[in-house]
Amino acid sequence: MKNIWLSSLKALLLLTIITGVIYPLFITVIAKTMFYEKADGSIVYKDGKAVGSALIGQKFTSDKYFWSRPSAIDYNPLPSGGSNLGPTSKALLDTVNTRRKIFINRNNMNANAIVPNDALFASGSGVDPDITPASAYLEVTRIAKARNFNDNQKAALADLIKNQTECPQFGFLGEEKINVLSLNIELDKIK
Amino acid sequence: MEKNKKGLFDKAIIKQAIIDSFTKMNPKLLMKNPVIFMVAIGALLSSFLFVESLVRGYYSGFNLQIILWLWFTVLFANFAEAVAEGRGKAQSDSLKNARTTTTGRKLQGNKEVIVSAIDLRVGDVVVCETGDVIPADGEVIEGIASVDESAITGESAPVIRESGGDRSAVTGGTKVISDKIVIKITTNPGDTFLDRMISLVESATRKKTPNEIALSILLSGLSIIFLLVVITLRIFIDFYQPYSKIPSSEFASITILVALLVCLIPTTIGGLLSAIGISGMDRLMSHNVIATSGRAVEAAGDIDVLLLDKTGTITLGNRMASEFYPADGVSQERIGDAAQLSSLSDETPEGRSIVILAKEKYGLRGRDISELEAHFIPFTAQTKMSGVDIHPENGGEKRIIRKGSAAAIKDYVISAGGKFDDKIQQRVNDISKSGSTPLVVAENYEALGVIELKDVVKGGIKERFAQLRRMGIRTVMITGDNPLTATAIAAEAGVDEFIAEAKPEDKLKKIRDEQAKGYMIGMIGDGTNDAPALAQADVGIAMNSGTQAAREAGNMVDLDSNPTKLIEVVEVGKQLLMTRGALTTFSIANDVAKYFAIIPAITAGLFAQSMNKGPLSALNLMHLASPQSAVLSAVIFNAIIIIMLVPLALKGVKYRPTGASVILRRNLLIYGFGGLLVPFIGIKIIDVILTALGLV
Amino acid sequence: MFKFNDILQILAFFALLTLLSPLIGWYINLVFNRESRLPAFLTKIENYLIGFFKIDATAEMDWKTYCFSVLIFNFIGIVFLVLIQAFQQYLPLNPQKLPNVEIFLAINTAISFVTNTNWQSYAGETTLSYFVQMIGLTVQNFVSAATGIAVLFALTRGIVTRQGKSLGNFWNDLVKSVLYVLLPIAILFSVVIIGQGVVQTFTSYADVTTLEGAKQTIPLGPAASQIAIKQIGTNGGGFFNANSAFPFENPTPLTNFLYVLFLILIPSGLIFTYGKMVKSSKHAWMIYCVMLFLLAFGFFVSYASECSTNNVFHASGLMEGKETRFGVMNSVLYSTTTTAASNGSVNAMHSSLSPMAGFVAMTNMMLGEIIFGGVGSGLYGMIIFIILTVFIAGLMIGRTPEYLGKKIESFEVKWSILAVLAPSFVILVFSSIALITKSGTSSMLNSGPHGFSEVLYTFASAAGNNGSAFAGLNANTAFYNIMIGLGMLIGRYGVIVPILAIAGSLVKKKITPLSAGSLTTDNFIFSVLLFGIIIIVGALTFFPALSLGPLIEQLLMNSGVSF
Repeated sequence: MKNIWLSSLKALLLLTIITGVIYPLFITVIAKTMFYEKADGSIVYKDGKAVGSALIGQKFTSDKYFWSRPSAIDYNPLPSGGSNLGPTSKALLDTVNTRRKIFINRNNMNANAIVPNDALFASGSGVDPDITPASAYLEVTRIAKARNFNDNQKAALADLIKNQTECPQFGFLGEEKINVLSLNIELDKIK
Repeated sequence: MEKNKKGLFDKAIIKQAIIDSFTKMNPKLLMKNPVIFMVAIGALLSSFLFVESLVRGYYSGFNLQIILWLWFTVLFANFAEAVAEGRGKAQSDSLKNARTTTTGRKLQGNKEVIVSAIDLRVGDVVVCETGDVIPADGEVIEGIASVDESAITGESAPVIRESGGDRSAVTGGTKVISDKIVIKITTNPGDTFLDRMISLVESATRKKTPNEIALSILLSGLSIIFLLVVITLRIFIDFYQPYSKIPSSEFASITILVALLVCLIPTTIGGLLSAIGISGMDRLMSHNVIATSGRAVEAAGDIDVLLLDKTGTITLGNRMASEFYPADGVSQERIGDAAQLSSLSDETPEGRSIVILAKEKYGLRGRDISELEAHFIPFTAQTKMSGVDIHPENGGEKRIIRKGSAAAIKDYVISAGGKFDDKIQQRVNDISKSGSTPLVVAENYEALGVIELKDVVKGGIKERFAQLRRMGIRTVMITGDNPLTATAIAAEAGVDEFIAEAKPEDKLKKIRDEQAKGYMIGMIGDGTNDAPALAQADVGIAMNSGTQAAREAGNMVDLDSNPTKLIEVVEVGKQLLMTRGALTTFSIANDVAKYFAIIPAITAGLFAQSMNKGPLSALNLMHLASPQSAVLSAVIFNAIIIIMLVPLALKGVKYRPTGASVILRRNLLIYGFGGLLVPFIGIKIIDVILTALGLV
Repeated sequence: MFKFNDILQILAFFALLTLLSPLIGWYINLVFNRESRLPAFLTKIENYLIGFFKIDATAEMDWKTYCFSVLIFNFIGIVFLVLIQAFQQYLPLNPQKLPNVEIFLAINTAISFVTNTNWQSYAGETTLSYFVQMIGLTVQNFVSAATGIAVLFALTRGIVTRQGKSLGNFWNDLVKSVLYVLLPIAILFSVVIIGQGVVQTFTSYADVTTLEGAKQTIPLGPAASQIAIKQIGTNGGGFFNANSAFPFENPTPLTNFLYVLFLILIPSGLIFTYGKMVKSSKHAWMIYCVMLFLLAFGFFVSYASECSTNNVFHASGLMEGKETRFGVMNSVLYSTTTTAASNGSVNAMHSSLSPMAGFVAMTNMMLGEIIFGGVGSGLYGMIIFIILTVFIAGLMIGRTPEYLGKKIESFEVKWSILAVLAPSFVILVFSSIALITKSGTSSMLNSGPHGFSEVLYTFASAAGNNGSAFAGLNANTAFYNIMIGLGMLIGRYGVIVPILAIAGSLVKKKITPLSAGSLTTDNFIFSVLLFGIIIIVGALTFFPALSLGPLIEQLLMNSGVSF
């Protein structure tokens, strides 16, 4: 029995060194040499300043920008998470109804218009970086108006959404989506 | 004897069983069956609550009905056991009487003392004469007698029992009908074959078999799980109390929860388990086989390899003349005539078969021996021939006829200056090769031809072996014959393997070899030299006619001394397990329907807008009239199904000798899917009746 | 209602799984049973390491020794993990200066990772230092999975050994599983996912100013190395709180696809290793097919339910708790597989799934985590059900039941029942305790049936060593940390000990060769019976609870009731 205790300790020590020290360090070294930017969080810079991560959604409230999906954590990923409200939750129903109203009002839509699900429901991580092209298109009028776009610029805006739309990976994995941060950075470039 | 012909439900047995159902309510007896014990506790608890509420001035006819049916469930389970016991008892009762009333004439020194059979101990010596009942199992140490064993075998023809040799064992309760024998007692009271047989059918002393124990554990485990389910269910429902208009203590009352528990725990198999075991023993006894333990019977169902002696089991035991092959220039009639003459006074079965063959083939009638003035020469070990010398005094033809093995006749003919044809030699070889025995007939020192003696394989044996093969059992024939003969017989009988020129120790070796490979071995034996092999085999069946040593070594005794009996024993063993398995499956499958009856009933009040129409009423697939009738119907179905399945438990699930997969598919279809469907129909019917009668 | 793209993805998943599983199985068999065919330098390294630490990796162990080795090794793992959490403030690699972890939370987390549950009462970003995540959690991610493999092999040896005593050597099994099976796959996997955007760094969290000028702190860390092993070792404990929904943890549809595939691949591959060891690949395929069918069936129910209309919201395909890049199909494929395979990582918040998708997730866990299940543990859990099925089927064909030539008798039945009973006990009884105590009910986020489901889900997850959650429930309280901790222990060792006891009993038995009379465990009819037993035992035990949870919620939802 004493033998087992000793062996357990030694085995734990051995495996801790291998999997707890050598393994993560080894992976870090590979990561830093092969995928430096990605390994450090895919940070996006604008004019030399870090404005966010390409993978992490951020809060957009202004009429001038495309909005990220609703977030149950107000886009503060410390810690990340969703609302965890269930499919029969009255609280969720109220929240969604409020969001719908706001979305319709600010985008000058018909009161009975259908708002895409991604614009109504909060994401799982709270920092979903993407929205669907469908909801992006609904925001075009508002943004154009807020930015006083002329017809050329409006056309450029429509093109922008098209260009920024990512197809499913390898043609079949996942969904069509648009990265909001990247879209908004490009949006700022429309002169 | 009557015992094999008793109907499934004899009036007397039923009457006794009904009485016994109540006496079995003794908690000590109930405790032996955990599942039924649980039902009894639940019934007791609800009864107590019912009385308590009566005292408070509240009466619920619905609760009373449930409680009654809960008690019926216990009674029905008791009844099933009692019926099985009753049937077993009917068989053993007459024997039991014999056991208690017999006395024995015990030898003390030279004096004889009359003692009760119960007082006889191992090693005592008793004397039995014509008309005496043998007081206990023992071994004949002196004398020879004919014994009537019909009391235990049902066979009316008396059998010979003598000291020494393989027929020395006698059984208590049998009767000496001629001569006198001295018997040494080999068993203590309560330990004789009779006692063991009785105890196997009486649950009081019946030990559970290993598979039965395993099954009981499974059933108890399931019962514990269901107990957890039911207790926690109430807590879960209480959580929903704010969403319900009626208090949970009403629609999920203790009585209803007990009803649910009783419906869920495997009462069907639990209630029938001991009945199945007892009736298995009972069926075995109706085949005139006594097992010393239930374990042996179950093991019989597991046999992979069967060791069988050739003689008496596979073949009739005697060789029969089947053909005459005359030498060149000899007519068929002549050899037939000579062969018949030489065999007229040969009383061996072979001799008789030659006479008969000659008669059938050539119309030669048996002749009166005295008229012939013949002198018969009997078979001796030295000459290896027998025959006849005819010296008619009236000067008729003088004939010297001999028949015997080819070698002996050849020597005999050649030494007398006669000739032994090569063609005869050729024929002799051919016959040997085909597995038969050649006998050569010579007259006046001239070889006339060859008689073929065939070892006759029992009718239908090939089919039985084919059956065994389909069941996955390999047959091995043990024979003292030479390999040539053995091969031919093995092929004809359809055994899978054989051991030729086998010595007694070869059996033991074969058993050990097969066991080392992981097989379960069954064998049948009778002689003392079989005892080690019988003991080594997983299932050893001793012939009742065999020696005491053999009977002690085996774990079963075949009272008919019929070696093919093993096949029936295997079937009984398999049937026993199959019945348990089938009813377990049935019992568990039943629960699905019961859930769909009771869960919607219990939860109907939750979130209900109108009475009893909550969202979970959607689970009421059977559209039962009301929650009360749903619960009651399920409980009634659960109780009645026990009674309905009693005949099946007693008769056993039908067994057909086919491969395992076929059997599984069939039983799964009947008892698995049947078990899913039947209660849906049954509960619905009961619901309709209850509603029509206005009971709920 | 079903999108073509969805069908393509699901077909790709099942096809790849069926293709790769036998390969993985072949490889693991190579590692354990054909050592001579491994490259010599690898065995040299292994021998050097084992020799350096003087670990006795050759002695043959009987079941008791093996069992004590497992238990003591795991116990020491728990103690060590508690200690480094409780004192993380004083330990290195804590750039965010996170405080020491509160003791009940530390104990809960330690048990959680050692038992391969990876239930997370804590939030990774705000609770644990890099040191604890690496030295503590990553290590246990490896060794808890390796423990599962070791126990499975001990059982397998019990089945294939003829009248022996030894179940092998735990240290040998442990080290081999880590070095040859888990580590190589984890390394390759890490590199692939870093390429997709998973972070792997020791720098402190990144502070950025958003386009609109707000401040955002972005958590980082050595995540990829831990995420790789948490996916393949059916651990599931996320580096970040939102687990595989968090973009740094699961950045692209490709990583998501690989996660779903790899979280099930080793459990699935082990089926084929087992098939090779018991010399019946047909039997392995039978097990695989039963599991695959259960998985596919569960997926279909979940998917159909997500796609149908929610009458409270008057919409279908609700995106609450789901990520845009995965969409509905990938979210339910993940929720079905992660609960089937005892992984417990999530890419969408299960609490926000439709009731029937939650029903499937709970059922997967309640059945005992045997639909592929945990690494090793899934298969040995399934073998428990096979033993019970063999027992009933054996009786039905009239023979003492045998499994692969070994007789199944009362000892095996007794311990099998215990192994089924232990997790069921936790789910039913612990849920009940939580429902009748204030400390239990006050943690619920949702009210009505969904609140009930939160509690039921929690203990199903603990007992099944799954680790996923209906995360509305605030489980970081003393009450839940203790109850869940206890539940995880019972769910893990309440099965491991019976398994090893059964192995110890089987190893001593003879092997009966097959004949026409023996039960075949590799044909269709047996798989039907096995399927039936699993469903019926599971359904009978949990049907009342499930009908009061997700089922009633679905029915209420259909009539538009909200809480």
